[in-house]
Amino acid sequence: MTALPPPSKKKMGLVIDLDTCVGCHACAVSCKEWNAGGFAAPLTDEQPYGKDPTGVWFNRVHSYEVAATEPGSCGSAAALPAMTLHFPRSCLHCEQPACVTVCPTGASFKRAEDGIVLVDEDKCIGCKLCSWACPYGAREYSEVEGVMKKCTLCIDRIYNENLEEAERQPACVQACPTRARHFGDLGDPESKVSKLVAERGGVDLLPQLGYQPVNKYLPPRPRRAGEAQPAAPQAPVEALDTATLSPLLRWVDRVLSR
Amino acid sequence: MHPALSVIFFTTLSGAGYGVLALIGVMLASPGAHLLARDHEPAASMLLPLACVLLLALALVTVGLLSSTFHLGKPMRAWRAFSQWRTSWLSREGVLALATYVPAVALVALALAAWAGGGVAADTFATSVATLGIVTTVLALVTVGCTAMIYASLATIPAWQHTLVVPAYLGFAVQGGLAIVGSLIALLQGGGLLAPLAIALAAVSIVLVAIKIRYWRDIDVQALPATRGDAVGLPGRDVSVFERPHSEQNYLTREMGFVVARKHAHKLRTIALILFGLIPVLAAVLVWALPASAAVAMPLAALAALLGAFVERWLFFAQARHLVTLYY
Repeated sequence: MTALPPPSKKKMGLVIDLDTCVGCHACAVSCKEWNAGGFAAPLTDEQPYGKDPTGVWFNRVHSYEVAATEPGSCGSAAALPAMTLHFPRSCLHCEQPACVTVCPTGASFKRAEDGIVLVDEDKCIGCKLCSWACPYGAREYSEVEGVMKKCTLCIDRIYNENLEEAERQPACVQACPTRARHFGDLGDPESKVSKLVAERGGVDLLPQLGYQPVNKYLPPRPRRAGEAQPAAPQAPVEALDTATLSPLLRWVDRVLSR
Repeated sequence: MHPALSVIFFTTLSGAGYGVLALIGVMLASPGAHLLARDHEPAASMLLPLACVLLLALALVTVGLLSSTFHLGKPMRAWRAFSQWRTSWLSREGVLALATYVPAVALVALALAAWAGGGVAADTFATSVATLGIVTTVLALVTVGCTAMIYASLATIPAWQHTLVVPAYLGFAVQGGLAIVGSLIALLQGGGLLAPLAIALAAVSIVLVAIKIRYWRDIDVQALPATRGDAVGLPGRDVSVFERPHSEQNYLTREMGFVVARKHAHKLRTIALILFGLIPVLAAVLVWALPASAAVAMPLAALAALLGAFVERWLFFAQARHLVTLYY
């Protein structure tokens, strides 16, 4: 059913720290590796070794240049310097997922128990309307299989009793070398992820559109702007009174000064 | 947005088909329709043409619906799309499209039965035809409205949320209907219906021109409701792309980031206006002033209107910008 379930108490999701993400694409690669054999398998590529390789990925890591700001703008009293921003983009498992309600077949659904948004690939007709309804670009269509694909929040890992307890988290979270990705229950205000969001001022992407994403992004901590640093001390210019020197040294000074 | 030809064919052809159905429905429900009954010999000769027009409209609708399944990844599962009418405009469109066949096919059967002298009593015939006509008109127009709502309900594509999107879809359907019915009446030795049809065609064409000029002017100055800063969670910051996540195109950049030939938009708009505006209006004036020219002018108007709607629909897709392009 594409009608949304009543809001679940449990809201499983990710918290992504834009301060520590270094844009290494490990999340994207490990996601691809796990999901190529998991619930959403296969995750097909076309011409992977050819001239124009293309394929379905659930994680895309963008890199942006953020311009410097004037003091007093953007809610910061100090000027913020220009910086690089690495931005991993994936499904946000929204509270109000338009991708689910537009689905004509019932293939797209939001789970009542934990809020995870999934596609039942046996029902999907590949009309692509759900991808049109998503502003975050979370859904990618597989030309090879003719159905829509999306992040499953690794439902086949997070509840998987065959895995060590420490491994029961999404592949992207486990792979991140800088621990920029955190997984947990964002519906529970006492959870580690909820506390992290509260402490660091986590934000929703495009909140004005009203999809109420569950995943949160932690903005980069303010960088120091350049002008606060004093100018590096320079060696004082030495003055030499040649009148006090002996004739030989005066001559040496004249020769060397040419 | 990438303009998928199958979707453009579908919305143009089935739109015109539903326009024909809506128009015939109104004509059957109007007070003059009881003349079709068997007792009135001259009008009874219209029964077979009536059945043929309805069948033509159903053929247009069917070809359109079939062509829309070509853009599906799994066409054999298309039947599943009738299930989620509670939330999905696409599903509602499917259900209503199917429902419209019921009164339309019943009308065809009734017309054929009366034509073959199936013993339908004149007054029963008149009431059934009028009722079925109204039902057909309502269902046909609501189906077109649902098609438009599929687009108009997407908050991710601001150009499609414009209030004139639904009126434009309905307008093109009615225009196509008027021009096609007018052509058929003109080819079947005319009659008194031609002059009102020509006036209606001219009026609808002028309204459509006004709607589209207004729509295009609005979307040209419309800014996206969000910035790239909002999209990455840094509202107010000036963010520019440093490196894309992938070296080649992907599904998102092909489907949502369509930019090819946007630069020809201005010329295409002029071409569309000539096709769905100028030519049908001139043809309608010609038919009104010189009824003998109808057999040529009306089909010309119908062809121009359909081509114009096709170009307009292509622009509707190609010029609509999706919010996901903010990330690229």
